[in-house]
Amino acid sequence: MARITASVYTSHVPAIGAALDLGKDKEPYWVPLFKGYEYSKQWMKDNKPDVIFLVYNDHATAFSLDMIPTFAIGTAAEYQPADEGYGARPVPKVVGHPELASHIAQSVIQQDFDLTIVNKMDVDHGLTVPLSLMCGQPPADQFEWPCPVIPFAVNVVQYPVPSGQRCFNLGQAIRKAVESYDEDLNVHIWGTGGMSHQLQGPRAGLINAEWDNAFLDKLIADPKAAAAIPHIDYVREAGSEGIELVMWLIARGAMGDVAGRADGVNLKHRFFHVPASNTAVGHLILENK
Amino acid sequence: MSLDKPYLDVPGTIIFDAEQSRKGYHLNQFCMSLMKAENRKRFKADERAYLDEWPMTEEQKQGVLTRDLNRCMKAGGNIYFLAKIGATDGLSFQQMAGSMTGMTEEEYRNMMIGGGRSVEGNRYIGEDGDAQAQNQPQGSANKKVQK
Repeated sequence: MARITASVYTSHVPAIGAALDLGKDKEPYWVPLFKGYEYSKQWMKDNKPDVIFLVYNDHATAFSLDMIPTFAIGTAAEYQPADEGYGARPVPKVVGHPELASHIAQSVIQQDFDLTIVNKMDVDHGLTVPLSLMCGQPPADQFEWPCPVIPFAVNVVQYPVPSGQRCFNLGQAIRKAVESYDEDLNVHIWGTGGMSHQLQGPRAGLINAEWDNAFLDKLIADPKAAAAIPHIDYVREAGSEGIELVMWLIARGAMGDVAGRADGVNLKHRFFHVPASNTAVGHLILENK
Repeated sequence: MSLDKPYLDVPGTIIFDAEQSRKGYHLNQFCMSLMKAENRKRFKADERAYLDEWPMTEEQKQGVLTRDLNRCMKAGGNIYFLAKIGATDGLSFQQMAGSMTGMTEEEYRNMMIGGGRSVEGNRYIGEDGDAQAQNQPQGSANKKVQK
């Protein structure tokens, strides 16, 4: 049986990808940020998953205003890093897991979540920056990510985005779907985006470290309370783009304690840093007890 | 019966909802077209002519031509789409976000290094934070232009 053993949470700021790609990661501005992921890169090596289920959002890259799926699961064999206007990031193509992805799609739709199934799309920084942060830059002689990835895109561009509660419930459905897959697979689920940031208007540059840290506390210890946070609180307290944090609730909902199997989760790593470009960066690694 | 839009009282912020999206459809799709290198080249060669190929309003076109992202947002633009214009101009996301505040690039960057903009006074319209309408523009970017 396949099972979810751990969840990872991280911001996916495009400037982090640019810093890595342009070799700026040793500059004083970026050193503290990348230091926060040193533990994580080692943890990834020590706990290599068979598949990563990666929840992220597309930033007007694969999805324009022609089609706006609320939840889209990638069932393709592979995905190319997108040209977002600066040229594609020089990172490996993302290899999918079509069998598990199709299985999850079928199971989750039967649990009343209407997923859009995507067999062709490019993936943007929302997906590739978390991979870079957690896996490092793959060497030229082994230019690949450590394992297959199932991209799961959530609309957080056009309001209303799905509620935190719906995301949390969806995470539970994804856990059930994974556990009904026969092959023994170790699956990690990642929630990405956030933390507080606003990229628009005279209020651009908003950061709310106090709110962010309270959110991290809640997500770890009281995820049901985190799921109950209404949209407007994210917008008002964490900035218009801070609403990306609802995606973290999908990953959190897939953990075993939510299904009543354990009292809480094991917190392996917690990191918070301001700023990366316009954004507060938050990062957690949680393992099932 | 009208929709509940609790985000309308957040200062200095336009939430890209269904209404904005409808208004900005062609503007945002024009931005998407800039993801192709040949379109970027054509746009740069004659911006006005390229814009005239799109059924955009004159206000939207002027917003693009003057690179006034606040104006583009009001006319239905979304920042992730508008960012394609900035990418065409070789700007970073920080430069684009900063351009909407009235600060110079350096002023905005320093604000971020200092921990970012405080939420205090910036939660509701009518308070007195730096993002409120009565406190615009921030910084000295516009002053420099007039010099």
